[in-house]
Amino acid sequence: MRLERRQGVSLWLRLTLPVMAIAIALLLCSTLLLWAGVSVSDAYLSLAQGAFGSKFALTETLTRATPLIFTGLAAAVAFRAKLWNIGGEGQLYMGAMAITLFGTGAVTLPPVLMVPFLFLVAVLGGGMLLLVSAALKTWLRVDEVVTTLLLNFVVLLLVDYLLFGPWKDPMALGWPQAARIVDEGRLATIVPRSRLHTGLLFALGAACLVWVVMRFTRWGFEIRAVGHNIFAAGFSGIPVKLAVIRTALLSGGLAACAGVTEVAGTKGYLTVDISPGFGYTGIAVAMLAGLNPLGVIAAAVFFAGIYNGADSMSRAMNVSNYIADVMTATALLSMLVCSLLVNYRLKRN
Amino acid sequence: MKPLSPPVLEISGISKRFGNLQANQDLTFSLGRGEVLALLGENGAGKTTLMNILFGHYVADSGEIRLDGQQLQQGSPAVALDAGVGMVHQHFTLGENLTALENVLLGTESLRQPFQRSDVARERLAQLSQRFGLKVDPDSRVSELSVGERQRVEILKALFRDARILILDEPTAVLTPQESVQLFAALRGMVAEGMSIIFISHKLAETFDIADRVVVLRRGELAGIFETRSTSAEELAQAMVGHALPEIKRRSGTVGPAVIELRNVGVEREGESRLFDVNLAVPAGEVVGIAGVSGNGQNTLTGVLGGDLSVTSGSLSLHGEEIRHASPRGFIEAGVARIPEDRTDIGIVGEMSLAENLILEDYRDQRFQRAGWMRRRRIDSHAKSLCEKFDIRGSEQARQAEKFDIRGSEQARQAKELSGGNIQKLILARVLHKSPRLIIASQPTRGLDVGAQAQVHQRLLDAKQHGVAVYLVSEDLEELFSICDRIHVMFEGRLSDAIPIEEADIEEIGLMMTGKGFFGRPSDAA
Amino acid sequence: MELVEILFTVGFWTAVIRMATPLIFGTLGELICERAGVLNLGIEGIMTFGAMIAWMWVYQGGDLYSAIVVAAIAGAVFGVLHSGLTVYLGVSQHVSGIGITLLASSFSYFIFRVMLPDVTTPPKIESFEPLAIPLLSSIPFIGPALFQQTVITYIALALIPVFSYVLYRTPFGLAVRMVGENPLAVEAQGIDVLALRTIAVAIGSALMAIGGAFLTISVFDAFYFGMINGRGWICIALVIFASWKPGKAFLGTILFAGFDALQIRIQQESGIGIPYQFFLMLPYLLSIAALILISRKAAYPKALLVPFRKGER
Repeated sequence: MRLERRQGVSLWLRLTLPVMAIAIALLLCSTLLLWAGVSVSDAYLSLAQGAFGSKFALTETLTRATPLIFTGLAAAVAFRAKLWNIGGEGQLYMGAMAITLFGTGAVTLPPVLMVPFLFLVAVLGGGMLLLVSAALKTWLRVDEVVTTLLLNFVVLLLVDYLLFGPWKDPMALGWPQAARIVDEGRLATIVPRSRLHTGLLFALGAACLVWVVMRFTRWGFEIRAVGHNIFAAGFSGIPVKLAVIRTALLSGGLAACAGVTEVAGTKGYLTVDISPGFGYTGIAVAMLAGLNPLGVIAAAVFFAGIYNGADSMSRAMNVSNYIADVMTATALLSMLVCSLLVNYRLKRN
Repeated sequence: MKPLSPPVLEISGISKRFGNLQANQDLTFSLGRGEVLALLGENGAGKTTLMNILFGHYVADSGEIRLDGQQLQQGSPAVALDAGVGMVHQHFTLGENLTALENVLLGTESLRQPFQRSDVARERLAQLSQRFGLKVDPDSRVSELSVGERQRVEILKALFRDARILILDEPTAVLTPQESVQLFAALRGMVAEGMSIIFISHKLAETFDIADRVVVLRRGELAGIFETRSTSAEELAQAMVGHALPEIKRRSGTVGPAVIELRNVGVEREGESRLFDVNLAVPAGEVVGIAGVSGNGQNTLTGVLGGDLSVTSGSLSLHGEEIRHASPRGFIEAGVARIPEDRTDIGIVGEMSLAENLILEDYRDQRFQRAGWMRRRRIDSHAKSLCEKFDIRGSEQARQAEKFDIRGSEQARQAKELSGGNIQKLILARVLHKSPRLIIASQPTRGLDVGAQAQVHQRLLDAKQHGVAVYLVSEDLEELFSICDRIHVMFEGRLSDAIPIEEADIEEIGLMMTGKGFFGRPSDAA
Repeated sequence: MELVEILFTVGFWTAVIRMATPLIFGTLGELICERAGVLNLGIEGIMTFGAMIAWMWVYQGGDLYSAIVVAAIAGAVFGVLHSGLTVYLGVSQHVSGIGITLLASSFSYFIFRVMLPDVTTPPKIESFEPLAIPLLSSIPFIGPALFQQTVITYIALALIPVFSYVLYRTPFGLAVRMVGENPLAVEAQGIDVLALRTIAVAIGSALMAIGGAFLTISVFDAFYFGMINGRGWICIALVIFASWKPGKAFLGTILFAGFDALQIRIQQESGIGIPYQFFLMLPYLLSIAALILISRKAAYPKALLVPFRKGER
């Protein structure tokens, strides 16, 4: 068996690949479930019910998908430009900190302006952070994988300090959390008696916006050219440095929006654990979506379902909910393998 | 001289297909002991593929290879090396950051061995070096060696492993005429000691120089086997090409003022001086050629003229105006058409479509975008018209796939799927359709077959006819002599004065490329 | 105590050598992968898994020495997986590495939770005791610092000259160095590029896992979630900082561990002053600073990150 280059690929194939990857992941993880001593069919059934089986499950899954859409978009935009942004987590917290700084009473604006304003400061916060790594890469050839990763740790420590220190809400009875976001800045609930809020709508809008920008605008053209081949783009006179800066601001900004949805939407205030790794999961989301902005939506919902389902499954069947993380990682790796079929076909020797 | 029986190598019925391309079709010939066999053919004829099969990089689809009557197991360089086959690849297989000795030692001892016999090896290498006149410092890093020295390391690698058959793939492509002479002397020395040689080339002249017999390939098939002493250049050329070469229409036009001019230009990069006191004028309506061995500053010179590099001292003027800071976009907008040396990695963005690559320089134009919104239909029709005008063809497979693909237009294919010739045509289309005033072309026909080469030459000459200034860098002296009006030679960062083509002598130019007679022409010496 | 005084205490240097140990394993492990042309971003996850599996082995009744072997084997398995994906199938080394880190980490947490579902505080095991080397440990100052460490640290210190020897003076090491510079050169000399790279990555990953195991069976006696805490990523920075040379890598780990140890002590001394989180940030910021200084001139192995496809010439 060997791999032979394929000429052209159909849309149907591109759509089947994530499904294949998911199937492989579920198959592989079933061995773990067997080892843990549970019935595979019961477990997966419980997972599915917990993910999509009731109105409550559905709203929970969509609530969880909201930040994943943003971090997925962040990774997709960056990876397409060969900017290995592993700092989604840090950028998310930058966004969360930015809106805590401005949205807990320091600035007052009418509700119609307040929410966009909060998104704006978040985008700037996250964008600036990634810009540091992107600038170091472009001007000083410093590998961005390491810098984005290490900055995650730095940002988290900063949040830790702020929440145990100057930002500690005196009204929170000793818990390390910041003051609440003012009412004008909160994201409204869209399904009553659930946690699902308008953040989802912003996320969907962002996905469409990214898709349109990449495909149909001049900026998208430049970012794509620079992302695929920075040398050829520069040779033809495309402003490379500007494109890199725009990519960094866009990717970092998108990740930061996940911070907004969690702090201004889901929870209402900043805590240290506002993100259980959304930044990293976003990478898996982006890969499964084939780095396509619209595909990110589906992939985000899928992974959110897995995590939600795993929570309820672990309660029902006493299996650690870390199985969700294993599934995520397995799906990512499977998708990598399946993606090969886009460019190559298997042939007998 | 007929091959002594039994032949040391027999190739029978070798065929190899890559996708839709039949690279080798039923090739059969043999090589005698102590014989030099030239494998001749134009670019893309299948010569390298065949030798790669012999050396074990590929497995043939059908056919067999016998060495001294024993069948050779294909697909493993280790087996080929053991059987006595050595190869000097066209692109050297050397690790630049390691020493010459380390490169030679690699793979000669078992990987399980917990020590290295480098002293023994060093002695053996010195002996081989001496015996065949291949001088090289074993402890110098390959990155510090000249191209000629690197080639010697490649040859020594084969000799070190007791090769009895040596394959050389286009060895003189990177050498000066004088270095080629040295190489041939070394090869003759090896032949005298029983070495059999297969020599791949696309140059007729050296074939007569070194080979006993010639095997000509054309489009993957055997076009003929000849003995050099009983054949002629015309017969071989006819076999190589299969038809009369398209005649290039060469007319002189009116020469105008210099479109771009360099005066006493010096360039420093990363702390090193790359260009010294360069004076160059490229007049409208003339083709100015730059001869020289790669690595003598041509890339820097081309970069300066194309607006990619800034001048450190001296002056550069474009259309009469002095330019201080390099700017690719500025030069492009001033009517400079740049054809890069590396067409696949710098000339196109492989993952983008053909249409998108065609507007890589022009995408800001109002025709193709309005207020930031890309105008897809206009872009596609522009691409269609350029493809017709410049004869750019998508791959055959792409056309086939199109029939079953719901996405439709050929314009959607990724540009990297195009053949080398079509990529070059794409680049030409992109830069020439705008009626530029100056063309900066670097190795534009490298790796192209004769037909594509002729097309490129014709375009350059047509442009010159229309008053465009053309600057051409090429390693191929024949190419320079066939289309240039004047030639400069580049050597160690310095540029010679212009030599009008009527007064230029190919031997003399070759000498200047090695530095002899560079400063002041030999005829000027008393 | 003054800063300078701290540098002259034996206890400080003992701590430095101890803290450098996982970094030595991780950095040398990553070094051999990258020298062979493969970036292995799975290091953080592999170290985590090594830590967990070694601990679990001992907790379930195994002995300490075989725990090291178990960790090494586990690491090698992840290495082979990474190699299978990147070297044989040619997928993105960046994404595969990140995927492996996610997989190895989550795998370790899952296994831990399944086997010990009800614990809240991580249980402890009997870890390695410091082993004083007779005679050598009596040398003033250097003695206690270098020669009263645990077994794994001794392995680390011995590893450095052995690693250098193998890399620079054996045919295998030559092949590894060459395959990261120009795999075509290796193929043209009859060596299987894919197999060679896989072996290098497997060895490197085994070393990484031992580095992780050190933390549980030699230092902390227990497995905490998130205990690797970014040390794997720091090793990646250290490899670049070391210009892919083992000797320099050792210096880098000592420098870094020294800084880390210093930062802990200053924290303890200064008391209120600066919040502890800022001290904890310093190692990461220092790594970034080191990268900035060195990256401009960094001589990357030429074929790093470039997939090698057989027959595609």
